[in-house]
Amino acid sequence: MSTFVLLTITGLGLGAMYFLIASGLSLIYGLMGVLNFAHGALLTAGAYATWWMSTHVGGGPGTKLLAGAVFGIAVGAALAALIELVLIRPLYRRPVEQVLVTVGLALALGALIEAIWGFDARPFPVPAWLIDTTSVLGASIPNDRFVEIAAAALVLAGLTGFLRFTRYGLIIRAGVENRAMVTALGIDVRRAFTLVFALGGAAAALAGVLSGVYYGVVDPTRGTSLLIFAFIVVVIGGFGSIGGTAVAAVAVGLLQQYTNYYSSGLGDLAVVLLLAIVLLLRPEGLSPKVAH
Amino acid sequence: MSAPEALIRVDDLHVHLGQSHILQGVSFEVPEGGVTALLGRNGVGKTTTLRAMLGLVPRRGSVTLAGEELTRLPTHAIVRRGIGYVPEDRDVFAGLTVEENLRVAERNGSPRYELVHELFPELKARASQRAGTLSGGQQQMVAIARALLNDNPVLLVDEPTKGLAPLLVTEVAAALERAAELATVLLVEQNLAVVARVAQQVVVVDGGRVVHAGAAAELLGDPARVRSLLGVHGSSH
Repeated sequence: MSTFVLLTITGLGLGAMYFLIASGLSLIYGLMGVLNFAHGALLTAGAYATWWMSTHVGGGPGTKLLAGAVFGIAVGAALAALIELVLIRPLYRRPVEQVLVTVGLALALGALIEAIWGFDARPFPVPAWLIDTTSVLGASIPNDRFVEIAAAALVLAGLTGFLRFTRYGLIIRAGVENRAMVTALGIDVRRAFTLVFALGGAAAALAGVLSGVYYGVVDPTRGTSLLIFAFIVVVIGGFGSIGGTAVAAVAVGLLQQYTNYYSSGLGDLAVVLLLAIVLLLRPEGLSPKVAH
Repeated sequence: MSAPEALIRVDDLHVHLGQSHILQGVSFEVPEGGVTALLGRNGVGKTTTLRAMLGLVPRRGSVTLAGEELTRLPTHAIVRRGIGYVPEDRDVFAGLTVEENLRVAERNGSPRYELVHELFPELKARASQRAGTLSGGQQQMVAIARALLNDNPVLLVDEPTKGLAPLLVTEVAAALERAAELATVLLVEQNLAVVARVAQQVVVVDGGRVVHAGAAAELLGDPARVRSLLGVHGSSH
């Protein structure tokens, strides 16, 4: 029983990270039709910015992590907005060029980080209370799992509230359905594009922070490895759907954990099989192209 | 009596979509006030003309509104000059409620909900219903209401009666008449009875060019001309 509880909560923690990366990807594709292969690089950049800031501020690990996280998330949001304004905006309606640019950018940002800070993993500032465990139904759960789940739940609630109750959220929900019609109502949808990119970048950077806490280190390949599963989550959840993305992220995280434990490391294969089944039965995903 | 002043001038408008040269130099004028109907057989470029005027498709040529050139502006800026658009396929946001569909269309601090609810009281009753679950006629009401919500001096309305039951056609025609009291309407319409009821001017497009422009009553009163230009019988009743 305790093993199952540990697997479940760890799976939820992993799902939380997938959700944080995938939510931005999903909204960006749903609204703009842009497959952003550089999204993983935003995660890596956010994680490195967090680590860098933590080495430049005083105080204990908690203070360092908090200051670093604020800085890292700001860097993720600013970098994403910059990418949208400078590289993506001139290429709307040119999907092939967009893919080439985002793939190139992902490679370039990764190489830049390696050039500045090297290939070696860097230790992340993790307060002792995050490494400590809490007993749940007999299972000793590392506290960082709860933080990951809580952070994702807060982002989910925040994004849902933003989409449902704000003017920009309304524009984004409408734009995910029919971008041209939103423009034909006199709305400059490009502002929403930049905002969605920035929000996605912030969420990816937050995932970078949490992955640093989860693994205890940050390395240049972190974003790329998590991005693959984030794409799978987006496809399963349905492009443009935050609710679908959340459900898919939890499903993928749990499936991966359970399968890895009970079948000696076949978790990744199980996730790919789940993707294949969803594509066969419901090609448009669990909750197709409606941002809610 | 002098001809009414042109509010909109379309001059030598060309649109290429893929290998097709859809509009091959469309030119016409829309006088201020009333309804001008854009007529023609299926596939001659009527919808493309409206979309080109709004910059929704790449185009070449000139479109002016009250003397201001619009083709250099992005679509949202063209619309903000005061153009309401009712697309052919309604294009309501299916996942949004009726109320949200109207709210997203608001462009200023004084949206005309009273007018919209006066014309389409059903929309008030269905405010919290998702637009995707509405009937075709109700979706058309949402599409027209979105265009009427703001104080637009111009409305571009694309086949508003397409696929509607006769009773709804009458309701939509009445809404168009009311809209024409408030704005200049450029109407794409296949139903000649509706055209006869609401339009004062007609522009006929064929083969990507304008082949006739003049008074609606004059054309519709000449069944042979209607048949040759539109390929349909000219009775408007």
